[in-house]
Amino acid sequence: MNKWEDNRAWLLVVPVFVIVAFSAIIPLMTVVNYSVQDIFGPGNRVFVGTEWFGEVLHDSRLHDALIRQLIFSGLVLLIEIPLGIAIALAMPARGWGVPVSLVLLALPLLIPWNVIGTIWIIFTRPDIGLMGVTINTLGLDFDHTASPFDAWVTVMLMEVWHWTPLVVLLAYAGLRAIPDAFFQAARIDGASAWSIFRYIQLPKMRGVLIIALLLRFMDSFLIYAEPFVLTGGGPGNATTFLSIYLVKLAVGQFDLGPAAAFSLIYFLIILLLCFVFYQALQNVGTGDKR
Amino acid sequence: MRIRRSTLFLIVYLILLMLPIYWMLNMSLRTNADILRNFTLIPTDLTLENYRKIFTDPSWYSGYINSILYVSINTAISLSVALPAAYAFSRYRFLGDKHMFFWLLTNRMAPPAVFLLPFFQLYSTFGLIDTHIAVALAHCLFNVPLAVWILEGFMSGVPREIDEMAYIDGYSFPRFFGTVFLPLIRSGIGVTAFFCFMFSWVELLLARTLTTTDAKPIAATMTRTVSATGLDWGLLAAAGVLTIVPGALVIYFVRNYMAKGFALGRV
Repeated sequence: MNKWEDNRAWLLVVPVFVIVAFSAIIPLMTVVNYSVQDIFGPGNRVFVGTEWFGEVLHDSRLHDALIRQLIFSGLVLLIEIPLGIAIALAMPARGWGVPVSLVLLALPLLIPWNVIGTIWIIFTRPDIGLMGVTINTLGLDFDHTASPFDAWVTVMLMEVWHWTPLVVLLAYAGLRAIPDAFFQAARIDGASAWSIFRYIQLPKMRGVLIIALLLRFMDSFLIYAEPFVLTGGGPGNATTFLSIYLVKLAVGQFDLGPAAAFSLIYFLIILLLCFVFYQALQNVGTGDKR
Repeated sequence: MRIRRSTLFLIVYLILLMLPIYWMLNMSLRTNADILRNFTLIPTDLTLENYRKIFTDPSWYSGYINSILYVSINTAISLSVALPAAYAFSRYRFLGDKHMFFWLLTNRMAPPAVFLLPFFQLYSTFGLIDTHIAVALAHCLFNVPLAVWILEGFMSGVPREIDEMAYIDGYSFPRFFGTVFLPLIRSGIGVTAFFCFMFSWVELLLARTLTTTDAKPIAATMTRTVSATGLDWGLLAAAGVLTIVPGALVIYFVRNYMAKGFALGRV
């Protein structure tokens, strides 16, 4: 696309820059500042260099949390993206079903995150919750407060319930943007449903799917409120993801230095993984395009 | 045959999706004693007592007012700074434009937990703790990049000839932007407002850290009451149901544009 070349356009970007600087750069610099100091109190700080970084990098609880986080985010993407595409394909293209399903789909997205946790506490209670009672009636032994595996299943179910609709909305938007002419041509050629999906729908959804994948990856990597409310990171440390561990460290134990170093490493991991995803996805499927 | 099966799949999914929400609605209409004693799929003995309590107790309903206030302020700030910037990104090539665009997105990747303490310090310095504006500004961290991103997609969909024609006709930039351009991307503004509203409404960690009493969001009020009164499930469920209402209203107004919002956006 040819755009006008004009550096005065910066003037239009300045408000955004100022406001994001206020809410991002200044706090980020404060974090950097914390991460190299040992803070005993206001006015009593010692410069410690990279000591916290070294300590954090060798913290085995952090390694566990990171591994848990990677498995969690990986599972989230593996389940939510295919499921979201399948549901978007099943949605009607026109008629009264469209607004109804769109509004219903968006409802879970609009619930405050800790309320989600609260809903699921109620929902999974073995004595009074619908899911808990159903599972008990089926005769299964299920208790997300005692068994790490059950806790994982519950957190995954909650996460899939909560966020798959976002993938559906995105995939559906991508599907509706495909001109009808493509499907007519495919019908004339006698293409099967699978080849329509593989050679028309999937490539055309590429853009929105990249957005969906990145958004889901970022947000699942940052997940805090829902599992915190539901399981409190337990049983034991079974569902202590990176954010939960970070808040425990920063607020619970008030270890500002290590928490700040941890934050920076955390941020860099996300940045790196997103960049890799972004670059990799930019190249996937561009070969057969145009 | 194939169409029927996929519709069935969709209906089953939507029913499963609604189950937890239905369960909350179910509990919100019963007394706490009833909830703890009986398990019923369809409650018979309905009561609006839980809702009455929320609407008459200031410590409850002020939470909703606070949340709505800071979400509205945030949406207004995000839109007003993102509009000119998105225009610049969609129309001009300038020094460092691509880097700036990617940098904006990286702010969405920063864990909010990273910013808790620095935010607290920063806003304390300015005396903004426990004000609506503090939360609204903090939420700009993830909403401004999102707004720029979505709006840029919509603006790129408007042909550049329209701008050129307007300038030839002697429109100044502010007049062109306000009277010609903005009406053209009305739906985009609606969708962006919806997403800003949604992400600010559901965020808790920053909102809770930056407020104590005067600007306390409803979601935080709920967590506090849980520990104080020994779990009144009915009241909690009613409060939960009410947190869905404002979002559901907003979504009803933008339902036709919602899907379009992301289709036109770009990474």
